[in-house]
Amino acid sequence: MTEITPELVRHLAGLARIEVSEAEVAQFASQLALIVDSVATVQAIANDDIKATSHPIAMSNVFREDVVTPSLTQTQALSGAPESDSGRFKVSAILDED
Amino acid sequence: MSILSKSASELASMLAKKEISSVELTKAQLGNIDKLNPKINSYLTVTHELALSQAKQVDDLRAKGESLPALAGVPIAVKDNLATIGIATTAGSRILQGWVPPYDATVVKKILANRMPILGKTNLDEFAMGSSTENSAYGPSLNPWDLTRTPGGSGGGSSSAVASMQAPLAIGSDTGGSIRFPAAVTGTVGVKPTYGAVSRYGLIALGSSLDQIGPVTRNVMDAAMLQDAIAGHDAMDATSLPESLGSMTEAAKNDSVKGLRIGIIKELTGEGFQAGVSEKFNEALELLVAAGAEVVEVSCPSFQYAIAAYYLIQPAEASSNLARFDSVRFGLRVMPEGAATVEKVMSATREAGFGQEVKRRIMLGTYALSSGYYDAYYGSAQKVRTLIQADLAKAFEKADVLVSPTAPTTAFKLGEKQEDPLAMYLNDIATIPANLAGIPGMSLPVGLAKEDNLPVGAQFLAPAREDARLYKVGAVLEKLLETKWSKKMMDFAPELQVS
Repeated sequence: MTEITPELVRHLAGLARIEVSEAEVAQFASQLALIVDSVATVQAIANDDIKATSHPIAMSNVFREDVVTPSLTQTQALSGAPESDSGRFKVSAILDED
Repeated sequence: MSILSKSASELASMLAKKEISSVELTKAQLGNIDKLNPKINSYLTVTHELALSQAKQVDDLRAKGESLPALAGVPIAVKDNLATIGIATTAGSRILQGWVPPYDATVVKKILANRMPILGKTNLDEFAMGSSTENSAYGPSLNPWDLTRTPGGSGGGSSSAVASMQAPLAIGSDTGGSIRFPAAVTGTVGVKPTYGAVSRYGLIALGSSLDQIGPVTRNVMDAAMLQDAIAGHDAMDATSLPESLGSMTEAAKNDSVKGLRIGIIKELTGEGFQAGVSEKFNEALELLVAAGAEVVEVSCPSFQYAIAAYYLIQPAEASSNLARFDSVRFGLRVMPEGAATVEKVMSATREAGFGQEVKRRIMLGTYALSSGYYDAYYGSAQKVRTLIQADLAKAFEKADVLVSPTAPTTAFKLGEKQEDPLAMYLNDIATIPANLAGIPGMSLPVGLAKEDNLPVGAQFLAPAREDARLYKVGAVLEKLLETKWSKKMMDFAPELQVS
Protein backbone atom coordinates (compact mmCIF):
# COMPACT_ATOMS: atom_id res chain seq x y z
CA MET A 1 0.00 0.00 0.00
CA THR A 2 1.36 3.39 -1.01
CA GLU A 3 1.70 5.64 1.98
CA ILE A 4 0.17 9.05 1.51
CA THR A 5 1.03 10.87 4.73
CA PRO A 6 -0.79 13.93 6.04
CA GLU A 7 2.44 15.88 5.41
CA LEU A 8 2.41 14.82 1.75
CA VAL A 9 -1.25 15.86 1.36
CA ARG A 10 -0.44 19.26 2.87
CA HIS A 11 2.55 19.57 0.55
CA LEU A 12 0.48 18.68 -2.55
CA ALA A 13 -2.31 21.03 -1.51
CA GLY A 14 0.29 23.77 -1.07
CA LEU A 15 1.73 23.15 -4.53
CA ALA A 16 -1.80 23.19 -5.97
CA ARG A 17 -2.71 26.36 -4.01
CA ILE A 18 -5.68 24.77 -2.29
CA GLU A 19 -6.25 25.41 1.40
CA VAL A 20 -7.22 22.21 3.25
CA SER A 21 -8.71 21.65 6.67
CA GLU A 22 -7.38 18.94 8.99
CA ALA A 23 -10.47 16.83 8.30
CA GLU A 24 -9.84 17.11 4.56
CA VAL A 25 -6.18 16.17 4.99
CA ALA A 26 -7.18 12.90 6.66
CA GLN A 27 -9.87 12.19 4.08
CA PHE A 28 -7.67 12.95 1.06
CA ALA A 29 -4.80 10.92 2.53
CA SER A 30 -6.86 7.74 2.68
CA GLN A 31 -8.64 8.32 -0.67
CA LEU A 32 -5.45 9.22 -2.53
CA ALA A 33 -3.66 6.18 -1.10
CA LEU A 34 -6.34 3.91 -2.58
CA ILE A 35 -6.32 5.69 -5.93
CA VAL A 36 -2.52 5.80 -6.17
CA ASP A 37 -2.34 2.08 -5.40
CA SER A 38 -4.79 1.42 -8.20
CA VAL A 39 -3.14 3.64 -10.83
CA ALA A 40 0.35 2.43 -9.90
CA THR A 41 -0.47 -0.79 -11.78
CA VAL A 42 0.71 0.98 -14.97
CA GLN A 43 4.25 0.31 -13.76
CA ALA A 44 3.67 -3.42 -14.24
CA ILE A 45 3.91 -3.24 -18.05
CA ALA A 46 5.75 0.01 -18.69
CA ASN A 47 9.38 -0.84 -19.46
CA ASP A 48 12.32 1.01 -20.99
CA ASP A 49 11.66 -0.41 -24.48
CA ILE A 50 8.29 1.30 -24.83
CA LYS A 51 8.15 4.83 -26.15
CA ALA A 52 5.91 7.33 -24.35
CA THR A 53 2.93 8.84 -26.19
CA SER A 54 2.01 12.34 -25.08
CA HIS A 55 -0.35 13.16 -27.89
CA PRO A 56 -2.78 10.76 -29.53
CA ILE A 57 -2.37 12.04 -33.08
CA ALA A 58 1.19 13.02 -33.81
CA MET A 59 1.56 16.51 -35.22
CA SER A 60 4.61 18.70 -35.32
CA ASN A 61 5.49 22.22 -36.41
CA VAL A 62 1.96 23.55 -36.47
CA PHE A 63 2.36 27.05 -37.86
CA ARG A 64 0.08 29.83 -38.93
CA GLU A 65 0.72 33.12 -40.69
CA ASP A 66 2.09 35.69 -38.27
CA VAL A 67 -0.55 38.34 -38.84
CA VAL A 68 -2.28 40.60 -36.38
CA THR A 69 -6.00 39.85 -36.08
CA PRO A 70 -8.63 41.54 -33.93
CA SER A 71 -8.64 40.34 -30.33
CA LEU A 72 -10.41 41.22 -27.08
CA THR A 73 -10.44 44.87 -26.07
CA GLN A 74 -8.99 45.78 -22.70
CA THR A 75 -12.51 46.24 -21.33
CA GLN A 76 -13.58 42.81 -22.59
CA ALA A 77 -10.47 41.16 -21.21
CA LEU A 78 -11.11 42.71 -17.80
CA SER A 79 -14.85 42.06 -17.86
CA GLY A 80 -14.62 38.91 -15.70
CA ALA A 81 -11.97 40.14 -13.29
CA PRO A 82 -12.93 40.20 -9.60
CA GLU A 83 -11.11 43.52 -9.30
CA SER A 84 -9.43 45.85 -11.77
CA ASP A 85 -7.89 49.32 -11.70
CA SER A 86 -6.82 51.65 -14.51
CA GLY A 87 -7.20 48.97 -17.15
CA ARG A 88 -5.27 46.35 -15.20
CA PHE A 89 -6.04 43.30 -13.07
CA LYS A 90 -5.81 44.18 -9.39
CA VAL A 91 -4.45 41.69 -6.87
CA SER A 92 -3.38 41.66 -3.23
CA ALA A 93 0.26 42.11 -2.26
CA ILE A 94 2.60 39.66 -3.98
CA LEU A 95 5.07 39.57 -1.07
CA ASP A 96 4.38 38.91 2.58
CA GLU A 97 5.03 41.88 4.81
CA ASP A 98 7.33 39.91 7.08
CA MET B 1 -46.54 12.75 -33.06
CA SER B 2 -45.60 15.83 -31.10
CA ILE B 3 -43.20 18.26 -32.69
CA LEU B 4 -40.97 17.83 -29.64
CA SER B 5 -40.19 14.19 -30.30
CA LYS B 6 -39.27 14.67 -33.96
CA SER B 7 -35.68 14.18 -34.96
CA ALA B 8 -33.48 17.09 -36.00
CA SER B 9 -33.35 15.84 -39.58
CA GLU B 10 -37.16 15.67 -39.75
CA LEU B 11 -37.40 19.15 -38.25
CA ALA B 12 -34.82 20.48 -40.70
CA SER B 13 -36.87 19.22 -43.60
CA MET B 14 -40.14 20.62 -42.15
CA LEU B 15 -38.43 23.99 -41.68
CA ALA B 16 -37.07 23.94 -45.24
CA LYS B 17 -40.58 23.22 -46.56
CA LYS B 18 -41.97 25.98 -44.31
CA GLU B 19 -44.34 23.51 -42.63
CA ILE B 20 -43.24 24.99 -39.34
CA SER B 21 -41.29 28.09 -38.35
CA SER B 22 -38.21 28.12 -36.18
CA VAL B 23 -40.01 30.47 -33.76
CA GLU B 24 -42.89 27.99 -33.32
CA LEU B 25 -40.47 25.13 -32.83
CA THR B 26 -38.22 27.07 -30.43
CA LYS B 27 -41.25 28.23 -28.41
CA ALA B 28 -42.46 24.64 -28.10
CA GLN B 29 -39.01 23.53 -26.97
CA LEU B 30 -38.75 26.33 -24.41
CA GLY B 31 -42.22 25.46 -23.11
CA ASN B 32 -41.16 21.89 -22.51
CA ILE B 33 -37.96 23.07 -20.82
CA ASP B 34 -39.98 25.33 -18.50
CA LYS B 35 -42.13 22.33 -17.61
CA LEU B 36 -39.43 19.68 -17.15
CA ASN B 37 -36.23 21.46 -16.23
CA PRO B 38 -37.21 22.42 -12.66
CA LYS B 39 -37.46 18.68 -11.98
CA ILE B 40 -34.77 17.15 -14.21
CA ASN B 41 -32.15 19.94 -13.96
CA SER B 42 -30.77 19.44 -17.47
CA TYR B 43 -30.09 23.13 -18.01
CA LEU B 44 -28.12 25.47 -15.76
CA THR B 45 -29.13 28.46 -17.89
CA VAL B 46 -32.08 28.72 -20.26
CA THR B 47 -31.72 31.49 -22.85
CA HIS B 48 -35.37 32.17 -23.77
CA GLU B 49 -34.97 35.57 -25.39
CA LEU B 50 -31.76 34.80 -27.22
CA ALA B 51 -33.17 31.55 -28.65
CA LEU B 52 -36.34 33.26 -29.85
CA SER B 53 -34.48 36.17 -31.44
CA GLN B 54 -32.16 33.74 -33.25
CA ALA B 55 -35.19 31.74 -34.39
CA LYS B 56 -36.87 34.91 -35.65
CA GLN B 57 -33.75 35.83 -37.62
CA VAL B 58 -33.59 32.49 -39.37
CA ASP B 59 -37.31 32.63 -40.18
CA ASP B 60 -36.82 36.10 -41.69
CA LEU B 61 -33.90 34.90 -43.80
CA ARG B 62 -35.92 31.93 -44.99
CA ALA B 63 -38.86 34.16 -45.86
CA LYS B 64 -36.49 36.21 -48.02
CA GLY B 65 -35.53 33.04 -49.86
CA GLU B 66 -31.91 32.97 -48.66
CA SER B 67 -30.10 29.68 -48.93
CA LEU B 68 -29.54 28.29 -45.44
CA PRO B 69 -27.42 25.52 -43.84
CA ALA B 70 -29.02 22.08 -43.36
CA LEU B 71 -29.81 22.50 -39.66
CA ALA B 72 -30.82 26.18 -39.82
CA GLY B 73 -33.65 26.86 -37.38
CA VAL B 74 -33.24 23.64 -35.39
CA PRO B 75 -32.62 24.57 -31.74
CA ILE B 76 -29.75 23.10 -29.76
CA ALA B 77 -28.45 22.83 -26.19
CA VAL B 78 -24.79 23.49 -25.38
CA LYS B 79 -22.80 21.93 -22.53
CA ASP B 80 -21.87 24.56 -19.98
CA ASN B 81 -18.12 24.09 -20.42
CA LEU B 82 -18.16 25.88 -23.78
CA ALA B 83 -17.62 29.64 -23.75
CA THR B 84 -20.59 31.67 -24.99
CA ILE B 85 -20.52 35.46 -25.34
CA GLY B 86 -23.06 37.04 -23.02
CA ILE B 87 -24.27 33.73 -21.53
CA ALA B 88 -23.06 32.61 -18.10
CA THR B 89 -20.60 29.72 -18.38
CA THR B 90 -19.91 27.81 -15.17
CA ALA B 91 -18.44 24.41 -16.12
CA GLY B 92 -20.60 23.16 -13.23
CA SER B 93 -18.26 24.86 -10.76
CA ARG B 94 -18.76 27.44 -8.03
CA ILE B 95 -15.44 29.00 -9.00
CA LEU B 96 -16.99 30.23 -12.27
CA GLN B 97 -20.41 31.15 -10.89
CA GLY B 98 -21.67 34.19 -12.77
CA TRP B 99 -18.78 34.31 -15.26
CA VAL B 100 -19.91 35.69 -18.61
CA PRO B 101 -17.31 34.98 -21.32
CA PRO B 102 -16.18 37.78 -23.64
CA TYR B 103 -15.65 35.27 -26.48
CA ASP B 104 -17.35 32.32 -28.17
CA ALA B 105 -15.92 28.81 -28.47
CA THR B 106 -15.31 27.89 -32.12
CA VAL B 107 -18.08 25.28 -31.90
CA VAL B 108 -20.48 27.94 -30.63
CA LYS B 109 -19.49 30.20 -33.52
CA LYS B 110 -20.22 27.35 -35.90
CA ILE B 111 -23.62 26.70 -34.31
CA LEU B 112 -24.47 30.37 -34.74
CA ALA B 113 -23.16 30.35 -38.33
CA ASN B 114 -25.43 27.34 -38.95
CA ARG B 115 -28.29 29.49 -37.65
CA MET B 116 -29.23 27.11 -34.86
CA PRO B 117 -31.00 28.84 -31.93
CA ILE B 118 -29.24 28.14 -28.60
CA LEU B 119 -31.75 27.00 -25.96
CA GLY B 120 -29.33 27.17 -23.04
CA LYS B 121 -26.36 25.68 -21.28
CA THR B 122 -26.50 22.15 -19.90
CA ASN B 123 -25.40 20.71 -16.56
CA LEU B 124 -22.24 18.69 -16.05
CA ASP B 125 -20.01 17.28 -13.37
CA GLU B 126 -17.71 20.08 -12.21
CA PHE B 127 -15.17 20.69 -15.01
CA ALA B 128 -16.49 17.46 -16.58
CA MET B 129 -14.93 15.36 -13.82
CA GLY B 130 -17.40 12.58 -13.12
CA SER B 131 -19.78 10.00 -14.54
CA SER B 132 -23.08 11.03 -12.99
CA THR B 133 -23.46 14.87 -12.78
CA GLU B 134 -23.42 14.44 -9.00
CA ASN B 135 -20.20 16.47 -8.92
CA SER B 136 -21.99 19.52 -10.35
CA ALA B 137 -22.01 22.43 -7.90
CA TYR B 138 -25.59 23.06 -9.05
CA GLY B 139 -27.10 19.66 -8.21
CA PRO B 140 -27.39 16.50 -10.34
CA SER B 141 -29.49 16.04 -13.46
CA LEU B 142 -32.00 13.18 -13.35
CA ASN B 143 -32.42 10.34 -15.82
CA PRO B 144 -35.78 10.71 -17.65
CA TRP B 145 -36.13 6.90 -17.78
CA ASP B 146 -36.06 6.70 -13.97
CA LEU B 147 -35.83 9.88 -11.95
CA THR B 148 -33.97 8.15 -9.10
CA ARG B 149 -31.06 7.37 -11.42
CA THR B 150 -28.19 9.24 -13.04
CA PRO B 151 -28.34 10.33 -16.70
CA GLY B 152 -24.59 9.59 -16.79
CA GLY B 153 -21.76 12.06 -16.73
CA SER B 154 -20.17 14.26 -17.21
CA GLY B 155 -22.64 15.30 -19.92
CA GLY B 156 -25.80 14.27 -18.07
CA GLY B 157 -27.36 17.67 -18.72
CA SER B 158 -27.12 17.21 -22.47
CA SER B 159 -28.15 13.53 -22.42
CA SER B 160 -31.16 14.12 -20.16
CA ALA B 161 -32.23 17.16 -22.20
CA VAL B 162 -32.20 15.20 -25.46
CA ALA B 163 -33.81 12.12 -23.89
CA SER B 164 -36.66 14.15 -22.36
CA MET B 165 -37.40 16.19 -25.50
CA GLN B 166 -36.01 19.37 -23.96
CA ALA B 167 -33.82 19.68 -27.07
CA PRO B 168 -33.58 17.78 -30.34
CA LEU B 169 -29.78 18.15 -30.34
CA ALA B 170 -27.05 18.91 -27.84
CA ILE B 171 -23.33 19.44 -27.73
CA GLY B 172 -21.20 17.34 -25.40
CA SER B 173 -17.52 16.94 -24.62
CA ASP B 174 -15.82 13.60 -24.11
CA THR B 175 -12.56 13.19 -22.18
CA GLY B 176 -13.03 9.60 -20.99
CA GLY B 177 -16.61 8.86 -22.02
CA SER B 178 -18.56 11.98 -21.06
CA ILE B 179 -20.60 11.90 -24.28
CA ARG B 180 -20.85 8.13 -24.76
CA PHE B 181 -21.65 6.97 -21.21
CA PRO B 182 -24.53 9.45 -20.77
CA ALA B 183 -25.82 8.43 -24.22
CA ALA B 184 -25.78 4.75 -23.26
CA VAL B 185 -27.75 5.21 -20.04
CA THR B 186 -30.37 7.54 -21.55
CA GLY B 187 -31.09 5.66 -24.80
CA THR B 188 -29.58 8.40 -26.94
CA VAL B 189 -26.81 8.54 -29.55
CA GLY B 190 -23.46 10.06 -28.58
CA VAL B 191 -20.35 10.42 -30.69
CA LYS B 192 -16.78 11.28 -29.75
CA PRO B 193 -15.13 12.22 -33.05
CA THR B 194 -11.46 11.63 -33.85
CA TYR B 195 -9.22 13.79 -31.65
CA GLY B 196 -8.76 17.07 -33.49
CA ALA B 197 -11.78 16.68 -35.81
CA VAL B 198 -13.69 19.36 -33.87
CA SER B 199 -11.93 22.46 -32.53
CA ARG B 200 -11.40 22.61 -28.78
CA TYR B 201 -10.97 26.40 -28.78
CA GLY B 202 -13.24 27.80 -26.08
CA LEU B 203 -13.87 24.44 -24.42
CA ILE B 204 -12.84 24.79 -20.78
CA ALA B 205 -9.98 22.30 -20.79
CA LEU B 206 -9.98 19.15 -18.66
CA GLY B 207 -7.39 16.83 -20.24
CA SER B 208 -6.10 18.61 -23.32
CA SER B 209 -4.71 15.48 -25.02
CA LEU B 210 -8.02 13.64 -24.43
CA ASP B 211 -10.84 16.21 -24.76
CA GLN B 212 -13.05 16.15 -27.84
CA ILE B 213 -16.38 17.85 -28.54
CA GLY B 214 -19.17 15.88 -30.22
CA PRO B 215 -22.90 15.42 -30.86
CA VAL B 216 -25.64 14.17 -28.51
CA THR B 217 -28.81 13.23 -30.41
CA ARG B 218 -31.75 10.83 -30.69
CA ASN B 219 -30.61 9.13 -33.89
CA VAL B 220 -27.59 8.46 -36.08
CA MET B 221 -28.48 10.84 -38.93
CA ASP B 222 -28.92 13.74 -36.50
CA ALA B 223 -25.50 13.03 -35.02
CA ALA B 224 -23.98 12.95 -38.50
CA MET B 225 -25.53 16.27 -39.48
CA LEU B 226 -24.38 17.87 -36.23
CA GLN B 227 -20.83 16.54 -36.56
CA ASP B 228 -20.69 17.95 -40.09
CA ALA B 229 -21.88 21.30 -38.73
CA ILE B 230 -19.23 21.60 -36.01
CA ALA B 231 -16.19 19.82 -37.51
CA GLY B 232 -13.33 21.34 -39.44
CA HIS B 233 -9.89 22.86 -39.11
CA ASP B 234 -9.43 25.80 -36.77
CA ALA B 235 -6.25 27.86 -36.59
CA MET B 236 -7.14 28.68 -32.97
CA ASP B 237 -6.54 25.05 -31.94
CA ALA B 238 -3.02 23.78 -32.67
CA THR B 239 -4.24 20.17 -32.37
CA SER B 240 -7.01 20.68 -34.93
CA LEU B 241 -6.70 18.26 -37.88
CA PRO B 242 -5.87 20.12 -41.09
CA GLU B 243 -7.77 17.70 -43.35
CA SER B 244 -11.52 17.14 -43.71
CA LEU B 245 -12.86 13.75 -42.67
CA GLY B 246 -15.58 13.83 -45.32
CA SER B 247 -19.36 14.01 -44.99
CA MET B 248 -20.84 12.10 -42.05
CA THR B 249 -24.32 12.89 -43.40
CA GLU B 250 -23.46 10.91 -46.56
CA ALA B 251 -22.04 8.06 -44.45
CA ALA B 252 -25.26 7.90 -42.40
CA LYS B 253 -27.23 7.20 -45.60
CA ASN B 254 -25.49 3.83 -45.87
CA ASP B 255 -27.83 0.84 -45.97
CA SER B 256 -25.56 -2.18 -46.08
CA VAL B 257 -23.08 -3.91 -43.79
CA LYS B 258 -22.37 -6.78 -46.20
CA GLY B 259 -18.77 -7.84 -45.78
CA LEU B 260 -18.13 -5.38 -42.94
CA ARG B 261 -15.70 -6.90 -40.45
CA ILE B 262 -16.77 -6.25 -36.86
CA GLY B 263 -14.26 -7.00 -34.12
CA ILE B 264 -15.60 -7.89 -30.69
CA ILE B 265 -13.14 -6.75 -28.06
CA LYS B 266 -12.57 -9.79 -25.85
CA GLU B 267 -11.49 -7.73 -22.84
CA LEU B 268 -14.68 -5.63 -22.92
CA THR B 269 -17.33 -8.34 -22.99
CA GLY B 270 -18.65 -11.03 -20.71
CA GLU B 271 -17.42 -10.98 -17.14
CA GLY B 272 -18.09 -7.78 -15.25
CA PHE B 273 -20.94 -6.74 -17.56
CA GLN B 274 -24.57 -6.81 -16.39
CA ALA B 275 -26.39 -9.81 -17.89
CA GLY B 276 -29.10 -7.70 -19.54
CA VAL B 277 -26.45 -5.45 -21.05
CA SER B 278 -24.60 -8.42 -22.57
CA GLU B 279 -27.87 -9.89 -23.83
CA LYS B 280 -28.95 -6.76 -25.72
CA PHE B 281 -25.43 -6.28 -27.03
CA ASN B 282 -25.34 -9.83 -28.41
CA GLU B 283 -28.79 -9.47 -29.99
CA ALA B 284 -27.58 -6.36 -31.82
CA LEU B 285 -24.56 -8.25 -33.12
CA GLU B 286 -26.80 -11.08 -34.34
CA LEU B 287 -28.83 -8.58 -36.36
CA LEU B 288 -25.66 -7.27 -37.99
CA VAL B 289 -24.48 -10.78 -38.78
CA ALA B 290 -27.86 -11.65 -40.27
CA ALA B 291 -27.48 -8.54 -42.46
CA GLY B 292 -24.17 -9.81 -43.82
CA ALA B 293 -21.53 -8.48 -41.44
CA GLU B 294 -18.71 -10.72 -40.37
CA VAL B 295 -17.81 -10.94 -36.68
CA VAL B 296 -14.29 -11.65 -35.47
CA GLU B 297 -12.85 -11.63 -31.97
CA VAL B 298 -9.98 -9.25 -31.26
CA SER B 299 -7.86 -8.91 -28.17
CA CYS B 300 -6.48 -5.72 -26.62
CA PRO B 301 -4.63 -6.93 -23.50
CA SER B 302 -3.35 -3.42 -22.67
CA PHE B 303 -6.93 -2.28 -22.01
CA GLN B 304 -6.67 -3.70 -18.49
CA TYR B 305 -4.30 -0.80 -17.74
CA ALA B 306 -6.40 1.86 -19.50
CA ILE B 307 -8.27 3.17 -16.46
CA ALA B 308 -5.07 3.36 -14.43
CA ALA B 309 -3.25 5.23 -17.21
CA TYR B 310 -6.23 7.53 -17.70
CA TYR B 311 -6.43 8.44 -14.01
CA LEU B 312 -2.81 9.54 -14.14
CA ILE B 313 -2.80 11.40 -17.46
CA GLN B 314 -6.14 13.17 -17.06
CA PRO B 315 -5.57 14.45 -13.49
CA ALA B 316 -2.03 15.47 -14.48
CA GLU B 317 -3.34 17.53 -17.39
CA ALA B 318 -6.25 18.83 -15.29
CA SER B 319 -3.97 19.95 -12.47
CA SER B 320 -2.13 22.09 -14.97
CA ASN B 321 -5.23 23.31 -16.86
CA LEU B 322 -7.08 24.29 -13.70
CA ALA B 323 -4.18 26.45 -12.51
CA ARG B 324 -5.81 29.25 -14.51
CA PHE B 325 -8.52 29.55 -11.85
CA ASP B 326 -6.39 31.85 -9.75
CA SER B 327 -8.84 34.52 -8.52
CA VAL B 328 -7.16 37.14 -10.71
CA ARG B 329 -8.60 37.24 -14.23
CA PHE B 330 -12.06 35.72 -13.90
CA GLY B 331 -14.33 33.88 -11.52
CA LEU B 332 -14.54 33.78 -7.77
CA ARG B 333 -12.25 35.65 -5.38
CA VAL B 334 -12.37 34.83 -1.68
CA MET B 335 -10.53 37.20 0.68
CA PRO B 336 -9.21 35.47 3.81
CA GLU B 337 -9.30 37.40 7.06
CA GLY B 338 -6.49 39.79 7.88
CA ALA B 339 -3.65 40.89 5.63
CA ALA B 340 -3.49 38.46 2.75
CA THR B 341 -0.99 37.92 -0.02
CA VAL B 342 -2.18 37.05 -3.51
CA GLU B 343 -1.08 33.47 -2.83
CA LYS B 344 -3.29 33.20 0.25
CA VAL B 345 -6.19 34.66 -1.70
CA MET B 346 -5.66 32.04 -4.39
CA SER B 347 -5.61 29.18 -1.88
CA ALA B 348 -8.71 30.43 -0.09
CA THR B 349 -10.51 30.93 -3.41
CA ARG B 350 -9.64 27.48 -4.72
CA GLU B 351 -10.64 25.91 -1.38
CA ALA B 352 -14.07 27.56 -1.57
CA GLY B 353 -14.55 27.32 -5.34
CA PHE B 354 -13.62 23.72 -6.12
CA GLY B 355 -15.59 20.63 -5.08
CA GLN B 356 -14.16 17.44 -3.56
CA GLU B 357 -13.59 15.48 -6.79
CA VAL B 358 -11.83 18.40 -8.46
CA LYS B 359 -9.53 18.85 -5.46
CA ARG B 360 -8.82 15.12 -5.40
CA ARG B 361 -7.86 15.05 -9.05
CA ILE B 362 -5.75 18.21 -8.88
CA MET B 363 -3.80 16.71 -5.98
CA LEU B 364 -3.48 13.34 -7.70
CA GLY B 365 -2.22 15.07 -10.85
CA THR B 366 0.18 17.21 -8.85
CA TYR B 367 1.51 14.03 -7.23
CA ALA B 368 1.89 12.21 -10.57
CA LEU B 369 3.84 15.11 -12.03
CA SER B 370 6.01 15.87 -9.02
CA SER B 371 9.74 15.32 -9.17
CA GLY B 372 10.75 11.83 -8.11
CA TYR B 373 7.36 10.36 -9.11
CA TYR B 374 7.07 11.62 -12.69
CA ASP B 375 8.68 8.62 -14.42
CA ALA B 376 6.94 6.03 -12.28
CA TYR B 377 3.46 7.49 -12.75
CA TYR B 378 2.97 9.96 -15.59
CA GLY B 379 5.80 8.48 -17.65
CA SER B 380 4.51 4.93 -17.26
CA ALA B 381 0.97 6.01 -18.11
CA GLN B 382 2.20 7.53 -21.37
CA LYS B 383 3.81 4.22 -22.24
CA VAL B 384 0.51 2.43 -21.65
CA ARG B 385 -0.93 4.86 -24.16
CA THR B 386 1.57 3.59 -26.74
CA LEU B 387 0.60 -0.02 -25.97
CA ILE B 388 -3.11 0.75 -26.33
CA GLN B 389 -2.51 2.36 -29.72
CA ALA B 390 -0.48 -0.68 -30.79
CA ASP B 391 -3.20 -3.14 -29.67
CA LEU B 392 -5.82 -1.11 -31.53
CA ALA B 393 -3.70 -0.95 -34.69
CA LYS B 394 -3.44 -4.74 -34.62
CA ALA B 395 -7.16 -5.13 -33.99
CA PHE B 396 -7.98 -2.85 -36.92
CA GLU B 397 -5.98 -5.10 -39.22
CA LYS B 398 -8.57 -7.81 -38.54
CA ALA B 399 -11.68 -5.62 -38.33
CA ASP B 400 -13.10 -2.44 -39.87
CA VAL B 401 -14.84 -1.40 -36.66
CA LEU B 402 -14.57 -2.66 -33.08
CA VAL B 403 -17.52 -3.14 -30.78
CA SER B 404 -18.34 -3.60 -27.09
CA PRO B 405 -21.09 -2.53 -24.71
CA THR B 406 -20.62 1.20 -23.96
CA ALA B 407 -20.82 0.64 -20.21
CA PRO B 408 -20.80 -2.37 -17.86
CA THR B 409 -24.23 -1.53 -16.40
CA THR B 410 -27.37 0.46 -17.05
CA ALA B 411 -27.93 3.76 -15.21
CA PHE B 412 -27.07 3.48 -11.54
CA LYS B 413 -28.94 5.12 -8.65
CA LEU B 414 -28.01 8.65 -7.66
CA GLY B 415 -25.85 8.43 -4.56
CA GLU B 416 -24.90 4.81 -5.17
CA LYS B 417 -21.23 5.44 -6.07
CA GLN B 418 -20.72 8.94 -4.74
CA GLU B 419 -18.65 7.87 -1.73
CA ASP B 420 -16.43 5.52 -3.71
CA PRO B 421 -14.31 7.30 -6.36
CA LEU B 422 -12.76 4.07 -7.66
CA ALA B 423 -16.14 2.43 -8.27
CA MET B 424 -17.23 5.57 -10.13
CA TYR B 425 -14.13 5.47 -12.33
CA LEU B 426 -14.97 1.91 -13.50
CA ASN B 427 -18.04 3.09 -15.44
CA ASP B 428 -15.68 4.32 -18.13
CA ILE B 429 -13.79 1.06 -18.64
CA ALA B 430 -15.00 0.66 -22.23
CA THR B 431 -14.94 4.31 -23.27
CA ILE B 432 -11.51 5.44 -22.00
CA PRO B 433 -9.32 3.55 -24.53
CA ALA B 434 -10.69 5.66 -27.42
CA ASN B 435 -9.62 8.88 -25.69
CA LEU B 436 -6.16 7.56 -24.90
CA ALA B 437 -5.75 6.51 -28.54
CA GLY B 438 -7.48 9.53 -30.13
CA ILE B 439 -9.86 7.34 -32.15
CA PRO B 440 -13.58 8.01 -32.75
CA GLY B 441 -16.34 6.21 -30.87
CA MET B 442 -20.14 6.10 -31.04
CA SER B 443 -22.65 4.88 -28.47
CA LEU B 444 -25.90 3.65 -29.96
CA PRO B 445 -28.98 2.43 -28.03
CA VAL B 446 -29.67 -1.29 -28.55
CA GLY B 447 -32.67 -1.88 -26.29
CA LEU B 448 -33.63 -2.27 -22.65
CA ALA B 449 -31.98 -4.59 -20.13
CA LYS B 450 -34.34 -7.28 -18.87
CA GLU B 451 -33.44 -6.72 -15.18
CA ASP B 452 -34.42 -3.07 -14.96
CA ASN B 453 -35.98 -1.99 -18.27
CA LEU B 454 -33.28 0.64 -18.69
CA PRO B 455 -31.41 1.56 -21.90
CA VAL B 456 -28.32 -0.32 -23.03
CA GLY B 457 -25.71 1.16 -25.38
CA ALA B 458 -23.35 -0.50 -27.83
CA GLN B 459 -20.12 1.26 -28.62
CA PHE B 460 -18.46 1.21 -32.03
CA LEU B 461 -14.86 2.29 -32.48
CA ALA B 462 -13.04 3.09 -35.73
CA PRO B 463 -9.45 4.03 -36.60
CA ALA B 464 -8.46 7.69 -36.32
CA ARG B 465 -10.01 9.83 -39.10
CA GLU B 466 -12.43 7.01 -40.04
CA ASP B 467 -15.44 8.50 -38.22
CA ALA B 468 -17.55 7.78 -41.30
CA ARG B 469 -17.38 4.04 -40.55
CA LEU B 470 -19.22 4.63 -37.26
CA TYR B 471 -22.06 6.37 -39.03
CA LYS B 472 -22.21 3.68 -41.71
CA VAL B 473 -22.58 0.81 -39.26
CA GLY B 474 -24.65 2.86 -36.79
CA ALA B 475 -27.22 3.83 -39.42
CA VAL B 476 -27.71 0.22 -40.49
CA LEU B 477 -27.96 -1.16 -36.95
CA GLU B 478 -30.43 1.55 -35.97
CA LYS B 479 -32.65 0.64 -38.91
CA LEU B 480 -32.42 -3.10 -38.14
CA LEU B 481 -33.39 -2.49 -34.52
CA GLU B 482 -36.28 -0.17 -35.37
CA THR B 483 -37.60 -2.74 -37.83
CA LYS B 484 -37.36 -5.47 -35.20
CA TRP B 485 -39.09 -3.34 -32.52
CA SER B 486 -41.54 -1.68 -34.96
CA LYS B 487 -40.74 1.53 -33.10
CA LYS B 488 -37.95 3.86 -32.13
CA MET B 489 -35.86 3.62 -28.97
CA MET B 490 -37.47 6.70 -27.44
CA ASP B 491 -40.94 5.18 -27.90
CA PHE B 492 -40.04 2.79 -25.06
CA ALA B 493 -39.45 5.68 -22.65
CA PRO B 494 -41.98 5.95 -19.81
CA GLU B 495 -44.32 8.89 -19.51
CA LEU B 496 -42.51 11.49 -17.41
CA GLN B 497 -44.14 12.11 -14.05
CA VAL B 498 -43.33 15.67 -13.13
CA SER B 499 -45.35 17.73 -10.74
